[in-house]
Amino acid sequence: MSIIVDQNTRVVVQGITGAEGSFHAAQMKAYGTKVVAGVTPGKGGTQHEGTPVFNGVAEAVRKEGANASIIFVPASFATDAILESADAGIAVIICITEGIPTLDMVKAVRYVAEKKARLIGPNCPGIISPGKCKIGIMPGDTFLSEGKKKVGLISRSGTLTYEAVKQLSELGIAQSTAVGIGGDPIVGSIFTDLLPLFEADPETDGVMVIGEIGGNAEEDAARLVKARMKKPVAAFVAGMTAPPGRRMGHAGAIISGGKGTATEKIQVFRECGVAVAQSPAEIGSTVAKMLKLA
Amino acid sequence: MKIHEYQAKEILARYGVKVPKGQVAFTPREARLIAEIIGKKVVVKAQIHAGGRGKGGGIRTADNPNDAEKVAHEIIGMNLVTHQTGPEGRKVRLVLVEEASTVARELYLGVVVDRNTAQPVLIASAEGGMEIEEVARKSPEKILREGINPLTGLLSFQLRRLTAALGITKEQTKAFSALISGLVNCFVKEDCTLAEINPLIVTPEGDVVALDAKLNLDDNALFRHLEQAKLRDVNEEDFLEVEASQHNLNYIRLDGNVGCMVNGAGLAMATMDIIKYCGGEPANFLDVAGAANPDTVGNGFRIILKDPKVKAILVNIFGGIVRCDRVASGIVQATRELQKEGKIRVPLVVRLDGTNAKEAGQILRDSGLNIIEIQGLKAAAEKVVSLIK
Repeated sequence: MSIIVDQNTRVVVQGITGAEGSFHAAQMKAYGTKVVAGVTPGKGGTQHEGTPVFNGVAEAVRKEGANASIIFVPASFATDAILESADAGIAVIICITEGIPTLDMVKAVRYVAEKKARLIGPNCPGIISPGKCKIGIMPGDTFLSEGKKKVGLISRSGTLTYEAVKQLSELGIAQSTAVGIGGDPIVGSIFTDLLPLFEADPETDGVMVIGEIGGNAEEDAARLVKARMKKPVAAFVAGMTAPPGRRMGHAGAIISGGKGTATEKIQVFRECGVAVAQSPAEIGSTVAKMLKLA
Repeated sequence: MKIHEYQAKEILARYGVKVPKGQVAFTPREARLIAEIIGKKVVVKAQIHAGGRGKGGGIRTADNPNDAEKVAHEIIGMNLVTHQTGPEGRKVRLVLVEEASTVARELYLGVVVDRNTAQPVLIASAEGGMEIEEVARKSPEKILREGINPLTGLLSFQLRRLTAALGITKEQTKAFSALISGLVNCFVKEDCTLAEINPLIVTPEGDVVALDAKLNLDDNALFRHLEQAKLRDVNEEDFLEVEASQHNLNYIRLDGNVGCMVNGAGLAMATMDIIKYCGGEPANFLDVAGAANPDTVGNGFRIILKDPKVKAILVNIFGGIVRCDRVASGIVQATRELQKEGKIRVPLVVRLDGTNAKEAGQILRDSGLNIIEIQGLKAAAEKVVSLIK
């Protein structure tokens, strides 16, 4: 099993004729993802590398049965792309685009909730259920579909997730599903939305949470783990050395008003029984120990 | 993006927020002229992108234009040290000269985006003038919060609840409500990430005035506020960070001596962390993102090397979509160029992992350059730290 996406997920790529969209549509198909349609306004009726292109998402849903979308359009148009997908009845919307204004996301998350859709991102690497479905930009071959045990991953960053997954895969620990939730202050799905899904997934043996400085999503995650989860959870928090008041790349990664520090988050994780990796090089070994493999 | 107090007040005034009469001055002479126009006691306020200016001597009153010129002369050019500037302080280049106000009451008002409820929230407190974080820590019950639903805006009953809780009198209610509406409108229309009035004062005459104001603007929304670009004051930023931003590099200077170049913000922070964990101190944050080509790598190296504290560099790239062999070629080309310019003065440790990492290693070895190639994140961090000790 996996969460959110599987081998039956039918994907529409919004912005398929752009450089990014085109490249990653091909990569996703090569991984085995069912990419059934693309959307580029004005290019409806054409084909892009064998995939039918439509003017709007609703048509892609009607004609090709798309139930998930991935967004590669520029930041100034990305919010509209999210809303269009939600309106068309898409169940899972994955927004890769970075640089979307925060107040646009304030509106988008409400609209998406009203339409009962699930938004992942923006500013994220996407989601992958190894061996079944990749809707994102991550390097598929770093991930492992079968192993001694399976963990779920939830992360606020991209390349740090690949680093963590590599460590896990090398130790023979597979991944049930990995979700990059994005580094912006407001994102569609947060740790507490996804942890219960992993708790309910029979094939997930434990969860690895990769957080970073800023906000208090990690603290909320820790409390949810303590209150509601039976499966073991491990965590790493990036940004121990980040100075207050400076935005560390991600719009959300900022320590403001003395809140959102890594030290604070690590402490709450520990208090809630979550195993914390001391350094980014110890993510794999921390999970192995948590799953009693080491 | 941070902007100056005088800029924030100009913007807020457009939204109907009452601010003291005043203007910015770049010279003592200008300060005198502004004081003459105002025609009464003025306050001369240093304009820097940091708080705590009063305690550091950056805010002073002047009874007449002569005084204003004298005070401005002392403030402009001074090195202002506050709890937010760090011990090195900040050079003052301009002052805001505005009419002095008489204060009957001081309040706090602010708007930020609340991540938990995914909407803006208005924060108010009867304890104005102080650091709001301090009030929140010592007496959290004194902080009032009203969520702003993006579909409805701030509602009348919320305003009534606030005015009652803050003890606003019936006579002041209209002015107070107008000011709050102006602040919230400004936050939304200008795409702010923070809009703060602290203190908001009530004068003995019952006027409600923004005595100090701070606006932070959302960098991501600049594309639809082209006029905001001219509000940027690069003099308030680190010169290396300004240069990096011109090359579309995400660089932040820190205090240590291990320079680092990484792809991805999370991995860049984690790389800084592991350098510290291994006993070193990171000199910077640098995310080259997905564009790890020869140009980006070269520009990144140049900026890192301009920091005289840097004694070694660690490159940590995890190739996903970015192929390591291309990054390696970029590193080799950039290193050769910098060598010709005589600019490579510190050892270079490179860790490449992920897509095409093997080919990348071969490229580095074949180059004949003095590049220390290490596998594994921890080993690489340990190596670069050992080179400094």
